[in-house]
Amino acid sequence: MRGGSGGPLRVVLNGCETDVLGGATIGQLVDRVVKDRSRVAVERNREIVPRALYDTTDVSPGDVIEVVTLVGGG
Amino acid sequence: MEPLRIRDRVFKSRLILGSGKYKDYDEMIACWEASGTECVTVALRRVDLKHERERRNLLDVIDRKRFTILPNTAGCYNADDALRTARLARELGLGEILKLEVIADEETLLPNTAATIDATRVLAKEGFSVWAYTNDDPVAARALEEAGAAAVMPLGAPIGSGLGILNPRNIATIVARAKVPVLVDAGVGTASDVAVAMELGVDAVLLNTGVAKARDPVLMARAMKHACEAGRLAFLAGRMPRREMAAPSSPKEGRFTG
Repeated sequence: MRGGSGGPLRVVLNGCETDVLGGATIGQLVDRVVKDRSRVAVERNREIVPRALYDTTDVSPGDVIEVVTLVGGG
Repeated sequence: MEPLRIRDRVFKSRLILGSGKYKDYDEMIACWEASGTECVTVALRRVDLKHERERRNLLDVIDRKRFTILPNTAGCYNADDALRTARLARELGLGEILKLEVIADEETLLPNTAATIDATRVLAKEGFSVWAYTNDDPVAARALEEAGAAAVMPLGAPIGSGLGILNPRNIATIVARAKVPVLVDAGVGTASDVAVAMELGVDAVLLNTGVAKARDPVLMARAMKHACEAGRLAFLAGRMPRREMAAPSSPKEGRFTG
């Protein structure tokens, strides 16, 4: 079941141990940290999660998730 | 002047600017405008979990009709991390173009050539247009081309050093042998460095710190634009042969003085 039911589970989000509700999706996690999903790209356990799959990809305990965006650089 | 073409991308300007080290976004955009650039580099980093929601994202600042975004793999120290970064950049909707850099160590920031070649091979197969940052080494440049690079980008001098074109003969050799565009990337400190690079026949110059850390960045951006155009024109014009000794420009005949 989606939408954040179930007990908390721990993931590593951008290098920080983070608790999320069981059943949470990548989409819910992304919405917690950014206003606009089009400004980020997401990797889960070193695999790209395409934007179209955010809401159907569940977060599992121990997942290592990277949410990245653009910054200034040369 | 003939435009710069790298695969199917066409740019009127032969200058590519970075987006790092500026005082703020307004100064950065003003520099881009003054330089005439149509292509700008950016980096990928983790979003700030606490503050990203309040922040102006770089993608909200860049007018993509005017500026093509060239994502880089800066900060990657092995081929695998460069591949991950490249794929994330494509997922961000930046298309197939990529400035590939795999750095060897933090002190020199010199490229790890072997890892760059390996990553180029993989990314070229995945359809990326790989603009490969490399040493000023004609052998490495050729290997990158053979691995499928769309362009090779030898350094003028170490990243952020502003030391200019340290090995002009190698840059000229790379240009003479390459079938893909050659861009000087890194080490450009001031306008004359851009002119020297362009006079050697490179197709374009990529720079960041030389503008961002000038006392007046917008004025320097303008200087870089003129240097780039002047250098290109001088290359196309073909310089006079060098001579060991002087040769008078006024005739010896008809002198009426002693």
